[in-house]
Amino acid sequence: MSATPVIELHKVEKWYGHYHALRDVNLTINRGEKVVVCGPSGSGKSTMIRCINRLEAHQAGRIIVNGAELTDDVKAVEAVRRQVGMVFQNFNLFPHLTILQNLTLAPIWVKGAPKAEIEEVAMMHLRRVRIPEQAHKYPGQLSGGQQQRVAIARALCMRPDILLFDEPTSALDPEMVKEVLDVMSELADEGITMICVTHEMGFARQVADTMVFMAEGSVIEVGPPSQFFENPQSERTRQFLGQILQH
Amino acid sequence: MSKQPPSPQLFASAAAFEEEPSQAAIPAAFGRNSWKSLGWAKKNLFNTRLNTVLTLACLYFLWRTIPPMVEWALVNATWLGTPDECRAATGACWAIIVEKHRLIFFGTYPYEQQWRPFAACLLFVAMLAASGYRPFWRPWLAAAWVATLTAMGVLMWGGVFGLTLVENDKWGGLPITLMLSVFSIVLAFPLAILLALGRQSDLPAVKALCVGFIELMRGVPLVSVLFMASVMFPLFMPDGVVVDKLLRALAGLTLFTAAYLAEAVRGGLQAVPKGQYEAADALCLTYWQKMGLIILPQALRMVIPPIVNQFISCFKDTSLVTIVGLYDLLTAATVATTDPEWRPFFGEVYVFAGLLFWGFCYSMSRYSQWLEVALNRHNRR
Repeated sequence: MSATPVIELHKVEKWYGHYHALRDVNLTINRGEKVVVCGPSGSGKSTMIRCINRLEAHQAGRIIVNGAELTDDVKAVEAVRRQVGMVFQNFNLFPHLTILQNLTLAPIWVKGAPKAEIEEVAMMHLRRVRIPEQAHKYPGQLSGGQQQRVAIARALCMRPDILLFDEPTSALDPEMVKEVLDVMSELADEGITMICVTHEMGFARQVADTMVFMAEGSVIEVGPPSQFFENPQSERTRQFLGQILQH
Repeated sequence: MSKQPPSPQLFASAAAFEEEPSQAAIPAAFGRNSWKSLGWAKKNLFNTRLNTVLTLACLYFLWRTIPPMVEWALVNATWLGTPDECRAATGACWAIIVEKHRLIFFGTYPYEQQWRPFAACLLFVAMLAASGYRPFWRPWLAAAWVATLTAMGVLMWGGVFGLTLVENDKWGGLPITLMLSVFSIVLAFPLAILLALGRQSDLPAVKALCVGFIELMRGVPLVSVLFMASVMFPLFMPDGVVVDKLLRALAGLTLFTAAYLAEAVRGGLQAVPKGQYEAADALCLTYWQKMGLIILPQALRMVIPPIVNQFISCFKDTSLVTIVGLYDLLTAATVATTDPEWRPFFGEVYVFAGLLFWGFCYSMSRYSQWLEVALNRHNRR
């Protein structure tokens, strides 16, 4: 694994009104690295990864993705979004389109891909997430786990360099969590850069190269999972792990 | 049309008729069913003292109103005849409709040429009906509309193909009502979408302009908008530029309808979950792609009822163009009642005009209900 940084956050700050959501966040992520971000709710994890594709704008500091700095410049934002795929907690599939149309819409309109070609690519990704037979159904006809796998396939159809996961299993029934995590683990093995906000510590231990722990808008601890789980450096991390690992 | 399952009672009696055509079976079947209905009535209409009183009051009211109405409208009505025959009869005088129907439908259009507006209306209504059929929603429908509108223009104006020229200040009645309402709806709809999007815009100037326009139009009665369009507007135009009266009324009606429609559309935009906007952004869609492909298709489906409400309202509002001197259906009907011979029977003319309006509005309403179900099919499992 080469150590080229693809995502760099320098002294990033964000406020919602008077609420200080991100405080002096510094983070460097290398190509191919799998990063799992965890922390208590309200710690700024989601806000941070939403800043990486500018669903949220940061107010101070710098965010550089694949060499392009995120500013108010629409071109720069577009350049970054083309390379960054996102999977949401609530799937956010387009309910009025079929599964196949959900997958092919952006490649056709954004990248000008020929329809027949991209449909083949889409079917390939659907097979990869193991639901090719659902291609012509609507999202409302699928289970939560199936919808989230479609959402992953939709992101993949744009051929992103980087995938962001914003609590992808939090809205799922427990029995569907595994099917989504399995797909994510497979993706991780294929060398794509992944940043995943999740509470699934088993998944984190198995997949992550780097663990990031956040609290109150700050990055408290960064380290490999072995160190993070066995020998956390900060008291706050220990406290958090103690709370979520006791059952 | 929604099909209701036949009520079990009707079904049972029909089955009884089919299976046992013997004389004895029929009263038995009737008897059984009437006992059943009696049981139902007792359970639902006479179950408490209050319900009994209300039921009896309603029955009394219906008994006092329905039979006289039927007698007036049907039994004692005069269907064909002279004003004198009508005066002699105690019922409705439908003869006035028969006598004046050409005036009501086509206003002051030259009498011997009235087949032309008739053909134009027929064509128009047929195309409207065809456009409501979803499998026809293809590019060729637009071409068919261009052809239809050209044909309608030729029919109405004439001046070519040996048809005599009829200026549009001679037009009146149903063609005016249909054209004004349909064109203003069709033109107002895209305008309303732009206004609704503009109202949500991040650009302060665009937002202020849209909010200003919507609030201005909503704060003013349609009558004054029509007056402005008809009387004030020409004053601002340079000398020699004359905008047609019909066109001015159409513009006023369109802008007015657009302001109200924009608010309905905005309701839909707000009802689309934020995640849909974010998913479209994350996929790098442009603003217009996001709105056109993701947000509006969902937003508009959600607000079909208020949109159709506005359409119906616009259709009925066309009757207000009479104040700027246009002959819509209702004005033409009013003119029909000014004949001194037939004067006493104006009520029948208004009942007839009302039925026509109701027919069009009810069709729109039924169509919208069907469309809502058809377009929201994906929401059902």
